[in-house]
Amino acid sequence: MKKVVMGNHALSHGAQLARVQVIAAYPITPQTQVVELLSEIVANGKLKAEFIKVESEHSAMAACIGAASAGARTFTATSSQGLALMHELLHWSAAARLPIVMANINRAMAPPWSIWTDQNDSLSQRDTGWMQFYCQSNQEVLDTLIMAYKISEKVLIPSMIVLDAFSLSHTYEIVDIPDQELVDRYLPPFDYQYRLNVDDPHTFGGLTTPDWYMEFRYKMHHAVNDALPLIRQEGIEFGKLFGRAYDTVDPYRVNDAEIVLVTSGTAASTARYAVDQLRRKGKKIGNLRMRVFRPFPFADVRRYLKKAKKVIVIDRNISYGYHGIFAQEVKSALYGHSDVPVYAFIAGLGGRDIFPETIGRIVTKVEKSKKPTRDIYWVEVKE
Amino acid sequence: MKPTLPLEEYMSPGHLACQGCGAGIAMRVTLKALGRNSIFTFPACCWTVIDGPFPYSTLEVPLLHMAFEATAATASGIKAAMKMLGRDDVIVSGWAGDGGTFDIGIQALSGAAERNEDIFYFCYDNEAYMNTGIQRSGATPYGAWTTTTPVRHFKREPKKSIDDIVAAHRVPYLATASVAYVEDLYKKIVKAKEIRGFKFIHILAPCPPGWKSKPEDSVKLARLAVQTGVFPLYEVEIGIYSQSIKSPNRKPVAEYLKLQGRFKHLTVEQVAEIQKMVDDRYAELEKRFQGN
Repeated sequence: MKKVVMGNHALSHGAQLARVQVIAAYPITPQTQVVELLSEIVANGKLKAEFIKVESEHSAMAACIGAASAGARTFTATSSQGLALMHELLHWSAAARLPIVMANINRAMAPPWSIWTDQNDSLSQRDTGWMQFYCQSNQEVLDTLIMAYKISEKVLIPSMIVLDAFSLSHTYEIVDIPDQELVDRYLPPFDYQYRLNVDDPHTFGGLTTPDWYMEFRYKMHHAVNDALPLIRQEGIEFGKLFGRAYDTVDPYRVNDAEIVLVTSGTAASTARYAVDQLRRKGKKIGNLRMRVFRPFPFADVRRYLKKAKKVIVIDRNISYGYHGIFAQEVKSALYGHSDVPVYAFIAGLGGRDIFPETIGRIVTKVEKSKKPTRDIYWVEVKE
Repeated sequence: MKPTLPLEEYMSPGHLACQGCGAGIAMRVTLKALGRNSIFTFPACCWTVIDGPFPYSTLEVPLLHMAFEATAATASGIKAAMKMLGRDDVIVSGWAGDGGTFDIGIQALSGAAERNEDIFYFCYDNEAYMNTGIQRSGATPYGAWTTTTPVRHFKREPKKSIDDIVAAHRVPYLATASVAYVEDLYKKIVKAKEIRGFKFIHILAPCPPGWKSKPEDSVKLARLAVQTGVFPLYEVEIGIYSQSIKSPNRKPVAEYLKLQGRFKHLTVEQVAEIQKMVDDRYAELEKRFQGN
């Protein structure tokens, strides 16, 4: 059924369709509508679930860890400061190998206070072991949420669905909300072998000496890596059933492109608009949208970028003292495989709009340059 | 002689508690009362170590180790899952030390108490961060030495009244208990098992290395804590107080303090000060008992 819904409500509908059993969440702007609608859905019996209205994000993740350890399908949603407060338990949930799925609405970190979008909140959770999916439409938000449970429950690694504050979370778009029956056919119930079970008691997470700790991390790394082909495969399977296929990256007009713009989130749809405009002027330009950030799709990035003459990465985030975080990853993917120069641009922090004209100016600047003369290019910043 | 507690044990031998550890006794009795149909979660605390290193575990019921401040929220999540999986009969317990309860875990504790989660929260209280090497906590009593309250600057603040804080949430059941009165502890847990909602059990658990006391004095110290009025035993059911073990002729606090090296620096005047604090607190509690 097609409905016009905001990004946050796409998450609520997705959680309902995934038949989540335990929800634990704490309100934060711009995430609140996710849990408001879910409260309604649970209260009116459309979804049979326990909804724990916890007193903090830390407790939200703790409750999810408890519930997932006991074998329930769990969901939470947060943003920014809330995600940062969870940080300890993001490590915990991933290292405990729990297939929790969480939505994070990208919002800038304070101070100064900001409720608008950028990616520093989620990207600074890079090394926790969570998979991260960056979405560009409300449809993709809903679809990714459903796929994430399937992928997470296979590899036993949690998933974070990431969407931009306001430009997606509060933007209404047409979303095809699939039939429950179809979702049930795609996503079987969660059956967790390693759960807290009084009939087969085990202890989880106890003190582990140097003799064994490293093996836990080794297995965890391989589980995250194994997710990459699975993400691709599930994206195809999903496409067969629902008519919408997904991949780790999303290329647009890159085949003959001399300049490829690498973007993520809603900046990607703006970039595509700009690409079309520039193509009309005869410029050979394309866009590569990063959909999966962890596990990082190194081979796919290489495949689409190594033949380009110039790569521009527009990062809506910043690693202080270096440059954008996607730019780092892209450079490392290309190292030893291609000499294509990578231009690292920072734009749109704290929710500043990235317009097609912004992207046009970036491209003009790069066209005029032979090679990057700076590690970092700030876009339209008041110096 | 008829045993006063069930003979079944749910702790395997070979755990790593120190000699005379009150927390070990507390768990053994608690398990006897809860039985097999039970799941535990521990934060960082002495019991993280006592349970044994991977792949060993002394507990014969499922156990989830968890982060320091997360006990009550984790137990809430486990219980929610049990409800959804059709196993609402399973008893879910958080088991935390005083640091994880009075200090870093108090927010999650308060949240779960306010939501009246159907869980047990046990605090075994050894009155300092013992697992990290005897640093003061909010549960450390006035006058005590710890490694962060050295003798020249011993702890000047009284112990935080966690029981008053939890009782203020109007929880269905709260009890103080002692490893010297194991039948009382057992009875309280068995009674609380029948109560739906949040159940808080605060157990004083002497710690020989931290209290600088003899291992063989642990039970004696726990008993003296009750007999002197330092740690009165009582129940609170939705704000209604009742005393469990009456001490009509309370012994002087000095008898309790003198067996512990952590108080040996105290002057006669300071001991008198503690006596007055204990008397005042006891009088306040007696009013609540009489109000019943």
